Amino acid sequence: MAGLLEGKRLLVTGVLTEASIAFGVARLAQQEGAAVVLSGFGRGLSITSRIARRLPREAPVISLDVTDEAELASLPARLGEHVDGVDGVLHAIGFAPETALGGKFLSTTWPDVATAVQISTYSLVSLSRACLPMMDSGGSIVGLDFDARVAWPKYDWMGVAKAGLESCSRYLARELGPRGIRVNLVAAGPLRTMAAKSIPGFEDFEAVWTSRAPLGWDVTDTEPAARTCVALFSDWLPATTGELLHADGGVHATGG
Amino acid sequence: MPASESDILQGLAEILQEVAGVAPEQVTPEKNFIDDLDVDSLSMVEVVVAAEEKFEVRIPDDDVKNLRTVGDAVDYIKSAGVAA
Repeated sequence: MAGLLEGKRLLVTGVLTEASIAFGVARLAQQEGAAVVLSGFGRGLSITSRIARRLPREAPVISLDVTDEAELASLPARLGEHVDGVDGVLHAIGFAPETALGGKFLSTTWPDVATAVQISTYSLVSLSRACLPMMDSGGSIVGLDFDARVAWPKYDWMGVAKAGLESCSRYLARELGPRGIRVNLVAAGPLRTMAAKSIPGFEDFEAVWTSRAPLGWDVTDTEPAARTCVALFSDWLPATTGELLHADGGVHATGG
Repeated sequence: MPASESDILQGLAEILQEVAGVAPEQVTPEKNFIDDLDVDSLSMVEVVVAAEEKFEVRIPDDDVKNLRTVGDAVDYIKSAGVAA
């Protein structure tokens, strides 16, 4: 039987280590038949290039700083060196300065908030826009979220940025629907990635999931989140856009 | 054949120079990665990945936090290599 993503061409951002959710997505996507191009950023780029060799098939890696207009403008041409079009884009990009996390919500200054929002929220739009010239036969854009409908301890402005991301994805879904492009988010439970390590109080999230997830939750296993992303890249959710899909063991549906 | 301690130390020095610009003569067993060699968390990730490739070992995330000094890393890689 052909793989779920046979013939599809994916741009996967956000692969830093094998623990990255994006690494799980890239691996599974390849196993399901997709051609995968990775993007890396700044100092992480050389790490991404090393990790790319650990995929089932080594993936090409391109540089992409979502705050750099020149890199965004040249993205289609640079992608075109590896694939002749793009059917799917994984947005696995987020950053907040230390001052914007960890219980300093009331004192965070606007420049730091602006950085968090530019990189974690607005980049869904800038990345999507940059990829559009390669997506003339429709496609699927998937972003990684942490459920932002409620306020979490210490997640602070990253939570606000994620709430913005959730809204951004709905507006993008409106704009890109007529082109046959779906835009959805996957809200995973907490996973021990590099990104998670930089969140003070991350272990508090782990405790919530351990005690509340009806299906249970393994903070070291990115496979459930990766499978959910791959499902959204496939042709099996063709009428789903602007959706926030929880891959969280069911925590979002439970009280206390 | 398992690598000797001096081979591992030399290999780590090469990696630290390439990844974090640390002068090889600075890399001695008692040096702390963060305090003495200025290796930040992102560079440490790359040092670990490069060391896994060079020495053909696996260093799980949970063990990385215990590798505070160059000597810790040498010992870890030596025993991991023997076990492999």
